[in-house]
Amino acid sequence: MNEVTKIDGIGSSVRRTEDKKFLTGKGKYTDDINRPGQVQAYFLRSDVAHAKIKKIDIKNAQSAPGVIGVFTGDDIAADKVGGPICGWVVPCRDGSATKEPPHPLLAQGKVRFVGDAIAVVLAETAEQAKSGAELIDVDYEELSPVVDFENAGDGAQIHDEVPNNCYFDWELGDEKATADALSGAKKIVKLRVRNNRLVPNAMEPRSALAEFDNLDDSYTLHTTSQNPHLTRLVLAAFMFAIPESKLRVIAPDVGGGFGSKIYVYIEEAVCVWASKKVGRPVKWTADRTQAFLTDCHGRDHVNDVQLGLDENNKIVGLRVDTVCNLGAYLSAFSVVVPTYLHGTLLSGQYDIPAIYTNVKGMATNTVNVDAYRGAGRPEATYLLERTMEAAAREVGMDPAEFRRINFIPKDAFPYQTQVALQYDIGDYEPHLDKAMEMIDYSNFETRRAEAAKRGMYRGIGISSYIEACGLAPSAVVGALGGRVGQWESASVRVNPTGTISVFTGSHSHGQGHATTFAQIVADKLGIPMENVEVVHGDTDKTPFGMGSYGSRSLASGGSAISKAVDKIINKSKKIAAHLLEASEDDIDFKDGKFVVGGTDKEKAFGEIALAAYVPHNYPLETLEPGLEENAFYDPTNFVYPSGTHIAEVEVDPATGVVQVVDWAACDDFGNLVNPMIVEGQVHGGIAQGIGQALLEDAHYDENGQLLTASYMDYCMPRADDLPSFKVGYTTTPSTVNDLGVKGCGEAGAIASPPALINAVIDALSPLGVTDMSMPATPQKVWKAIQDSQSVAAE
Amino acid sequence: MYSTKYVKPNSTTEALEAIKSLSEGKFLAGGMTLIPTLKQRLASPDGLVDISGCKLDSIADEGETLKIGAMARHISVAESAVVKMAIPALAKLADGIGDRQVRNRGTLGGSVANNDPSACYPSAVLALKATVHTSNRSLAADDFFTGMFETALEEDEIIESISFLKPTKANYVKFPNPASRYAMVGVFVAQFGDEVRVAVTGAGEGGVFRHQEMESALSSNFSADSLSSVNIVSDGLISDLHASAEYRANLIKEMTKRAVA
Repeated sequence: MNEVTKIDGIGSSVRRTEDKKFLTGKGKYTDDINRPGQVQAYFLRSDVAHAKIKKIDIKNAQSAPGVIGVFTGDDIAADKVGGPICGWVVPCRDGSATKEPPHPLLAQGKVRFVGDAIAVVLAETAEQAKSGAELIDVDYEELSPVVDFENAGDGAQIHDEVPNNCYFDWELGDEKATADALSGAKKIVKLRVRNNRLVPNAMEPRSALAEFDNLDDSYTLHTTSQNPHLTRLVLAAFMFAIPESKLRVIAPDVGGGFGSKIYVYIEEAVCVWASKKVGRPVKWTADRTQAFLTDCHGRDHVNDVQLGLDENNKIVGLRVDTVCNLGAYLSAFSVVVPTYLHGTLLSGQYDIPAIYTNVKGMATNTVNVDAYRGAGRPEATYLLERTMEAAAREVGMDPAEFRRINFIPKDAFPYQTQVALQYDIGDYEPHLDKAMEMIDYSNFETRRAEAAKRGMYRGIGISSYIEACGLAPSAVVGALGGRVGQWESASVRVNPTGTISVFTGSHSHGQGHATTFAQIVADKLGIPMENVEVVHGDTDKTPFGMGSYGSRSLASGGSAISKAVDKIINKSKKIAAHLLEASEDDIDFKDGKFVVGGTDKEKAFGEIALAAYVPHNYPLETLEPGLEENAFYDPTNFVYPSGTHIAEVEVDPATGVVQVVDWAACDDFGNLVNPMIVEGQVHGGIAQGIGQALLEDAHYDENGQLLTASYMDYCMPRADDLPSFKVGYTTTPSTVNDLGVKGCGEAGAIASPPALINAVIDALSPLGVTDMSMPATPQKVWKAIQDSQSVAAE
Repeated sequence: MYSTKYVKPNSTTEALEAIKSLSEGKFLAGGMTLIPTLKQRLASPDGLVDISGCKLDSIADEGETLKIGAMARHISVAESAVVKMAIPALAKLADGIGDRQVRNRGTLGGSVANNDPSACYPSAVLALKATVHTSNRSLAADDFFTGMFETALEEDEIIESISFLKPTKANYVKFPNPASRYAMVGVFVAQFGDEVRVAVTGAGEGGVFRHQEMESALSSNFSADSLSSVNIVSDGLISDLHASAEYRANLIKEMTKRAVA
């Protein structure tokens, strides 16, 4: 390898090339883009959770200063524009299908959550639009709100199409085999855990700018999307019934998504519709309150777990009954998240001979719930790793050893779980061992005793997680109810001087693709990384692709790029063979040079590129000029990152404050392209997991009002809530893709909550505390300590 | 926000004239509460009278008292050598308000006039036997705070400065609300010879208050141990998502212990 390749290639912690603009405030986000003559949209939203709309009077709003137009659901219906669709459905236990109620762009006859859009006001300025909306008079007939999702079946029916407010009642696994296993178990560990509801809180609120060109009847939409091609497909094919060619969707710089920007929301669709209606560009940007009220939330599960053990403390069976809250309407991936992205992960890293799970997805008068960093997998990991810890405690084993004896052994791969997945490769003991070493597990009791002298309770908690990501084999997705393919695309264009333009179907909204993808190309072609540009986020520029979510961009998108580069190399060899007057079979490609084997005859990559575009000496009779290749990569399996995180905490009994004092994360992400970016993803994921475990909680009151609708009440993790993380890796390269990579974007958020809660419970275990729900707020922890002391006193 | 008039007079006299010319005008100090309120359209004054030009930001050691202008920014109080020398606990309190942006804008007078039940400053005013000098009178701290978001201030009255009595010893310890980082409980303890004053913010349904039992316990023995037998009743304490009245009662005692430790 030459020096340049060493610096830029796969495995180097190259600084992120995209950061200069972001760190200097020069990023160009949707709201930064303005068009001459644009109008501003403001959505009038329901302030009640559940009501019939008896009348909407827009008269006063229409004549308000600056107002261009006021529209309601009737106007949308008159133009026959459809609502957002559900991208993945599942069959129910009774053989029926998922109930899919319509989701009108603007309310028609009924509002179903606080924030449900009733009307849109377009005005010259955003303030005028808002003032206009204040003049709209809505006459409601209030209905009983359904907020408690566990008992939603007994509540008022929210949709005519959804009896008992149950969207689906789904199962996976062998119920009878699991029942038999549990009845034969020596011990059954039972646990009920709750996965708290989270607000995604991307730094950039959602925004849309829609333009209509009446010369060719086409639209352009700038929007905050993680997958502009899917947005275009849904808007064009399902909502507006126009050819895709008449809609260009651009997702420019996007400031974080965490899942919340996967879906097509009603606001961007209304902007598209209104841009034609009023003949002017229409802009909308959410303020933070709207983001809290209307971005899809995450998690919100209750899980009842039964884990059976034999006389050797080996797991014999697992049953999980889950009820989850999906909110007022089905969002794009809301059905798959708690089912196939959750139930299939219940085997974790363990050899479990019988598993059964049932999931009921409930409708409530709260905003939609959908994917949020990890999407189903954190919920599965949380319930499993909490149960593993509880089981170890009940049988009196060290939790690490209890996990170890139940791990899938290294020689058992590929391993077929009882919940549909086949893990291609993994080796779990090394990351457990390494994490234990990183945190000095063996000397923990000394630290606990030292903390006790200071009046603090110290605890340690383990989480050994697995994740299925890199979505995904399309045939599997299709068989399981997915309505889209899950391949990824890449187009690699070699420019005449040998520089490269990569067009990817993936989308970067913080992940650093411009750097990571360029490293792959640079490494494979042996050229400097700065010769590679990465283009994403514009349906007019990039090939159709599925976008970024589910830790899929490198495993799927990166693999597509790799395959396209392979095609470039193959074609280049043909060109080189011609130029060097050699047989193609004799051409070797190494370090950016095409060499005739055993000779000193060679051509640099740049010379090949030039020959392809200036084909004066070129095999035109057998080869097309130019050097540009596409690849569509459909993986044969998910990739399966795994790892062990260990948290160490101290609890102050006087205040209940939990301080995270140490953290060891040892992950197996397969091969790393840019270890610095990977480490950043791990840090961010853990921070979000600590947020979930200690701080964050979306709370609706009994009337369906979101009480935590601002940062005054919704607590985000801050730097001083976090320790310095110890990050390490083990490596079993994925066998699924040529790069041997897995996903790393969600792992931290998946692994961390149970590690932290297990540590809190461990800290309080001397007091007899055996349970703690998320978030473990100071008040809750203090109360648990008080209650344990009053129990002790009795 | 709704559109509104904005004036920036050069003296309190002009400011008072300006406010009289408005039917529902508001004085604007640092604006750390008022501006967000306006942006959310929760208030619609017909004019804002910005008093930042009224030269009310001086900080002076006046012997027995420390006099701070109403428009002194939190950052100025936090970093003032005069304050650090005279009443270090007050500098510490100011340094812990909000974040850097808030400290650069927020003011002593704005905080005290607003009397947010979770604000830090009211506890210092009450514990340090402060005198609030307004545009037309001087009020003792004990008479100034009249309830949550309520003070003895009249509509057309501006706080010009506040004189804090220098204590023998003082400390402020707060337990921040994890989300907002306002005081969920903040305790200002000030010792003046044999007398001890304990003011509690963040916890009372009626806003900042003095805790007589802890004051008498600490007056006889200024130590954390002397608080052990004091019973903090939870009646009248705020109960919300983040902290029940009982938990706040616990925090009041715990923060006071830490303040005297």
